[in-house]
Amino acid sequence: MAKEIKKGKQDIARLPKTLTGIPGLDDITGGGLPTGRPTLICGEAGCGKTLLAIQFIVKGALNYDEPGVFVAFEEKADELAMNVASLGFDLDQLQKDKLLKLDYVHIDRTEIEETGEYDLEGLFIRIGYAIDSIGAKRVVLDTIENLFGGLSNQSILRAELRRLFQWLKTKGVTAVITGERGDGNSLTRQGLEEYVSDCVILLDHRVINQISTRRLRIIKYRGSIHGTNEYPFMIDEDGISVLPVTALKLNKEASAERISSGIPALDKMLGDKGFYKGNSILVSGTAGTGKTSVAASFANHACSEKKRCLYFAFEESPKQIVRNMRSISLNLQQWVDKGLLQFHASRPTLYGLEQHLVSMHKMIKEFKPDVVIFDPITNLISVGSVSDVKSMLTRLIDFLLDEQITVMFTALSLNTVINEQTDEGVSSLVDTWVMVRYIEYNGERNRGVYIMKSRGMQHSNQVREFVISDRGIDLVDVYLGPNGVLIGSAREAQMLQELTDRVLHKNTVNMKDRELDRKRKMLESKIASLRTEFETTEEELNRINIEEELVKKVTDENRVELVKRRKGEQ
Amino acid sequence: MDIKEEKYQLRLYVAGKTAKSVTALANLKRYCEEHLKGEYVIEIIDLLEKPQLAEGDQIFAIPTLVRKVPEPIRKIIGDLSNEEKVLVGLDIRPVNKL
Repeated sequence: MAKEIKKGKQDIARLPKTLTGIPGLDDITGGGLPTGRPTLICGEAGCGKTLLAIQFIVKGALNYDEPGVFVAFEEKADELAMNVASLGFDLDQLQKDKLLKLDYVHIDRTEIEETGEYDLEGLFIRIGYAIDSIGAKRVVLDTIENLFGGLSNQSILRAELRRLFQWLKTKGVTAVITGERGDGNSLTRQGLEEYVSDCVILLDHRVINQISTRRLRIIKYRGSIHGTNEYPFMIDEDGISVLPVTALKLNKEASAERISSGIPALDKMLGDKGFYKGNSILVSGTAGTGKTSVAASFANHACSEKKRCLYFAFEESPKQIVRNMRSISLNLQQWVDKGLLQFHASRPTLYGLEQHLVSMHKMIKEFKPDVVIFDPITNLISVGSVSDVKSMLTRLIDFLLDEQITVMFTALSLNTVINEQTDEGVSSLVDTWVMVRYIEYNGERNRGVYIMKSRGMQHSNQVREFVISDRGIDLVDVYLGPNGVLIGSAREAQMLQELTDRVLHKNTVNMKDRELDRKRKMLESKIASLRTEFETTEEELNRINIEEELVKKVTDENRVELVKRRKGEQ
Repeated sequence: MDIKEEKYQLRLYVAGKTAKSVTALANLKRYCEEHLKGEYVIEIIDLLEKPQLAEGDQIFAIPTLVRKVPEPIRKIIGDLSNEEKVLVGLDIRPVNKL
């Protein structure tokens, strides 16, 4: 986002910004807080103001080489150090390294008498000295409103505060001022927003249906574009992380790489190659149709190709899934042991939707998976309304696609009638929708699978029978007979019938072949006898001819002899 | 520090010679001379010169008068223009005047 803004127009002395180092917040603010200006962070007690402020200082010191001063009006320096030690922030070490200066300003009304005119020059000097001693670029005042509790002369205080914020600007430090949320509409009890008007961030902690969600909103940010929504944030062992929820820009990369579903026959239905990498896949179906098995097959296959897979389970514990999948000969444990597969099981009611989103976000960022599976998303409905779940899923899908992670959701459809819309309405968001359903026919239920849609690829329009056996999942072509589609035992019966027919047919063919053979042999023998007969006749004829010739010759000789005798040789 | 003499150790924090600081110092000297003659020490600390001292006594307002001794530490901020308040603040009863 920061880059985007920079690219936007020519650089006409753009507002310089200071990165906070808080994941997500820098995205929303388009690059951080305004450099050299004070920012007000307000919110109710316990909403994370101090934490955000300290994270701003610590991250600045550690990541951006910007030392910081933390002026605490509430907690003592050592208390503060102890409180944030659980987040892995070693304030003592930072102080030794001259990257941080903690200054606790103690104000106790019982110790103080006020007489006549005074000003807060002492505070200025203290802060100024702290800034100069370490060359600080960042300053936090937490919570300056405590001054109002300690001092009674409000008019002096107000004038001095105004001067303080001006003075901080002239010092060129990026300041964060925290303030407790006031009653009614005012953002802070003492109306600090009047003085700090460059950037105001409101933190909120709401409980809806017994589930608490923290949210952050930028109320104003002078001279800068910023996200205006309420963004959920989370406080965990790493401090605050904000989720920039809707970066709905739809300019995702589109990969032509394919990724197998782990079920060869299903791949065949999807143009012979499987899903596109970075696509989202929805597997929906009624209870018990084998959605988890499809998801597990996919995970198993991805892991066997050395891809990393993150599995969010909302129904079963990881051990349960591993055990159950063994029954269809999927050994998921081996991938878990190799660190390729990571399960994350939690009850949806553990925390609010937004919190789920943030924690998923974080885990995905950490584990860097190629494939993510959510099983099933429908359970999330127990912690939010349909529209909430939908908006959350939109953001989730968006984020995953941005990261080029292939994601598979399973969804439980509640009614047995096929509806064109899943309950969460994510069908329009996903790229591939595989539907598994029971087909009731002939007194039995069988699983049928078909592809409702699959963007950008040839896909089969056929209903396949989906068979789960101890060898895994397979898809069988349904039998299209004269009586319509046959599945299950009807299909088996039909197949047996066909087999019988084939054997019979083969038999018949054999018999015919033999008959032909015999006929040929008969004919051949007939031909042979005829030929012999012919030869005999021919020979006879020849003999007669020769005899005739001989007779003629002998007769001729005899005649010549006779003539000779008659002429007188007698 | 000499306990027997029950000295008042007073510290006045100022930041340069501003009108408020000058007024405060003048007022303080006047009250001390009046009520604590010979029993007090006034130390003036100019934070513009020694800013590092501000943290030790938790100074945030100027001018601030700190009563280091006797304990407990008391602080009075302002130009000390209200005599009664200063005396109450320093726990000096005007009736104790010698």
